[in-house]
Amino acid sequence: MSDHDHDHHGRHHHDHDHSELSETELRVRALESILTEKGYVDPAALDVLIDLYEKKIGPRNGVRVVAKAWSDPAYRERLLKDATAAIAELDYSGRQGEHMVVVENTPEQHNMVVCTLCSCYPHPVLGLPPVWYKSAPYRSRAVSDPRGVLKDFGVTLPDTTKIRVWDSTAEIRYLVLPMRPEGTEGWSEEQLAELVTRDSMIGTGLPKQPGEIT
Amino acid sequence: MDGAHDMGGAKGFGPVVPEPNEPVFHGDWERRAFALTVAMARPGGWNIDMSRFARENRPPEDYLSKSYFEIWLAGLETLMIERGLVTREEVEAGKVLSPPMPGIKPIAPNEVTPAIRRGGPTEREPKQPAMFAVGQTVRMKDIHPVTHTRLPQYVRGHLGTIELNHGCHVFPDTNSLGQGEDPQWLYTVRFDGPELWGKDGDPTLSVSVDAWESYLERV
Repeated sequence: MSDHDHDHHGRHHHDHDHSELSETELRVRALESILTEKGYVDPAALDVLIDLYEKKIGPRNGVRVVAKAWSDPAYRERLLKDATAAIAELDYSGRQGEHMVVVENTPEQHNMVVCTLCSCYPHPVLGLPPVWYKSAPYRSRAVSDPRGVLKDFGVTLPDTTKIRVWDSTAEIRYLVLPMRPEGTEGWSEEQLAELVTRDSMIGTGLPKQPGEIT
Repeated sequence: MDGAHDMGGAKGFGPVVPEPNEPVFHGDWERRAFALTVAMARPGGWNIDMSRFARENRPPEDYLSKSYFEIWLAGLETLMIERGLVTREEVEAGKVLSPPMPGIKPIAPNEVTPAIRRGGPTEREPKQPAMFAVGQTVRMKDIHPVTHTRLPQYVRGHLGTIELNHGCHVFPDTNSLGQGEDPQWLYTVRFDGPELWGKDGDPTLSVSVDAWESYLERV
């Protein structure tokens, strides 16, 4: 069963009947066959959906948005003014990104995004959220102890930097525009893209420095 | 509802543990549980607020001990059983025991990408002017609905400042109950750290929530 028998909480799924599959795996499999047999779902449509979220919708989309904003001042302005439209210029739109707001980090203010109530996250630009984003430690502490959370990610900000946390309690989805690293003057959009990390667009990380990429 | 899902400010959950090179899904069952949930929404006839309520409306020990996609699976089962699309006996037996509900049309493979790219915008035409202006101080209502709400407990009763106005949006509290969209003005309301967490709260911190007009009161 390789990685299947430990879920992301590190708990062990017990196999009661020497089966190769856990109870949950069997339950999902059975449910899919029930829904297929009843004519409610077409398994081929499920395959398309999964492929979309595994291959097309992911943080590389957000990376393009950020790199373009870093290299094109007019685009940056459009992005901060109407993020949904500016992101749609790059052909990213839709489910869980219908109403986008981009928040810009500055030397004075660092932005961080959370959903304390569930797992709201800007799918068209970042894909599905990582497990830690949906976890109780992040959802509980991001709004009360963001500096402690940043420490968990190995990030320390100056005491004077203000921290601004955006709790996504409605259908507005937030993307952080990190600060363009120094020492990147004259870099192309493609080069800049290599510095953008997923976490830097959530606000739990910073972009890579020029020396960190080869 | 004041449930285990409403986690802002809770203590004791320990550090955040990021997973290096995390895959999109951990195992095939997560793929299928996710896809089934997304694909069943239209044929099943529920909206996103009903889905959220189905996931969060469970005993705290159940919510906290299930993994994320286990909660999705449990939520999906609830939504389908409530509507008679499947029976509890079928879910437990893992096989079909009753005829399908007539008139249900599955999502076809070629409908998936356009539907995801379209999404479900929640903004609606305003029917009345906004009650609050950007920069205005407001108090979050101290209410405790037993049904779905998007007003987190940690901001209730606290003073904040209107920072953004997002237009009128579908109101989850009624939409989750099938009582209509009741679009309301939606604002980003910002709070200072010490206002939320007391005098020892980080003074460099500010936190915002997005709040519908009926969550707010004048001060």
